[in-house]
Amino acid sequence: MVRFENVGLRYGMGPEVLKDITFSIAPRSFQYLTGPSGAGKTTLIRLVLMALKPTRGLVNLFGQDVARLDNETLTAFRRRMGVVFQDFRLLDHLTLYENVALPLRVLGKEETSYRAEVVELLRWVGLGERMHAVPPVLSGGEKQRAAIARALISRPELLLADEPTGNVDPALGRRLLRLFMELQTLGTAVVIATHDITLMELYDAPRLVLADGHLHVDA
Amino acid sequence: MSTPEPDAEEMVREEPALPVNLRRDSPLVPVDSVAGRALMAVIAILTFLAALSAGAAVLAARASEQWRGAVANEMTIQIRPDARRDIEADLALAVGMAAGVAAIESVRVVPKPESDKLLEPWLGAGLDLVELPVPRLIVLKLKAAAGPELAAFGAALRREVPSASLDDHRLWVRRLSTMANTIILSGVAVVLLVLCAAGLAVAFATRGAMAGSRDSVEVLHLVGADDAFIAREFQSRFVQLGLRGGAVGGGAAILVIGLLGWLASRWRAAPEGEQLQALFGAFEIGWTGYGAVILVAMVVAAIAGVVSRFTVRRYLRGLA
Ligand SMILES: Nc1ncnc2c1ncn2[C@@H]1O[C@H](COP(=O)(O)OP(=O)(O)OP(=O)(O)O)[C@@H](O)[C@H]1O
Ligand SMILES: [Mg+2]
Repeated sequence: MVRFENVGLRYGMGPEVLKDITFSIAPRSFQYLTGPSGAGKTTLIRLVLMALKPTRGLVNLFGQDVARLDNETLTAFRRRMGVVFQDFRLLDHLTLYENVALPLRVLGKEETSYRAEVVELLRWVGLGERMHAVPPVLSGGEKQRAAIARALISRPELLLADEPTGNVDPALGRRLLRLFMELQTLGTAVVIATHDITLMELYDAPRLVLADGHLHVDA
Repeated sequence: MSTPEPDAEEMVREEPALPVNLRRDSPLVPVDSVAGRALMAVIAILTFLAALSAGAAVLAARASEQWRGAVANEMTIQIRPDARRDIEADLALAVGMAAGVAAIESVRVVPKPESDKLLEPWLGAGLDLVELPVPRLIVLKLKAAAGPELAAFGAALRREVPSASLDDHRLWVRRLSTMANTIILSGVAVVLLVLCAAGLAVAFATRGAMAGSRDSVEVLHLVGADDAFIAREFQSRFVQLGLRGGAVGGGAAILVIGLLGWLASRWRAAPEGEQLQALFGAFEIGWTGYGAVILVAMVVAAIAGVVSRFTVRRYLRGLA
């Protein structure tokens, strides 16, 4: 589903942040992406999202080389992925309800067709009472849950979650982890970027470890 | 929002916690009200100016049509009273000469009461003009293609009847037509310039809005929006601004034109009003004029839509 071969990336003229990254993500798999702060986890996720182009190497998504994708396929691929950004990236002028519904709205769906689904998911992540609030008035944990809900609403084939439990208490963190596991059993490949050791110990799964720009897999 | 469809109502009953005032469809492009209002004001002002010049062009076109129709094919012979000559004999002589010219279709002597009436605005009514030496007029209707023989006729007339002079209205009409054409052309040029300015204003505003919402645009892309969707979102906002600005500007222009027409009709009773009317017609732009004003406003809105779409598309291509 995702395959990287000898991928290298540098920002501008800076040093290479990622070097010779080779790994793959299988459908319906569950893995952590870990490594110290600044190791390049977010950068790797942006590469998978095609928000960044690799400076060298091959990135293959859903069986296609991304260097040769046209715009339509790129959009189609992004629609098969859900992403939780480390900094949430909710749209500040929209309500939580609208933010969570966004991936469905950009598909051109009618608001009434997804209303029940969105409300249910918002309730599930504990935001049922806050759906009319706008992000700037929310706590970090609330924004995080909204970001997770937005990533899940379109039932993606691949979920990329960047520090999805960084801003919530351990109990809620465990609950969210169970949600991700449940998602995996429903058929989604899940990648969770985290440096929370206790979280990774709760549920054992392969770890993609980034260090000094290199990646190795800890099975 | 307050009247959901039946099935939606059912759903709301099922899940009573869904707030009634929940915003569900706000525009995705952040609504920067200050910049938006400024752009709307610019569009309104530009539309107003363009609509006024379109109105002026229509006015000039209609007025000049009236003169052209009325006087293009006329000349007048004016016979000044001369104590040493018999004015009635001169009149008869001139009429006889005019009737002999092939290019002249008909000859009509303006009766004295009628020509006296022409002086009324200047001398006032009730004055007994019988005693006054008032010039007499002969109106000549010309055939369509009249050429050098008329010049010869003018010379002959001057020779035979020294107190007569031939007024060729066509020269006047030609001058007035040139003036009217200049007004019409300038009006059209101003309309075109203003439309360009409106397009540029919208392009800059769109670029500003895009740059300001760069982050939102990236998020939209990453959650699966395609360029067409994003362009539509921006476009609908700018079309709305354009429509509102166009409506305000066009409405103001119609109001001003209507007001001027009303004032002109009040002045019409006074002598200077008649002169005004002679120059500008009835100062009414008619349905064509109002149509032109509305068309200008609609074109401005359409330009806002097209330009913003084009600008957004180019910006998005630049991101890729
Ligand atoms: N836009 C950018 N321009 C230049 N350098 C960048 C940019 N984004 C990230 N970097 C650099 O790339 C390196 C990797 O950053 P990245 O955000 O991927 O780390 P991370 O593993 O996600 O860290 P954290 O755990 O703190 O989130 C860092 O050294 C960072 O300074
Ligand atoms: Mg990071």
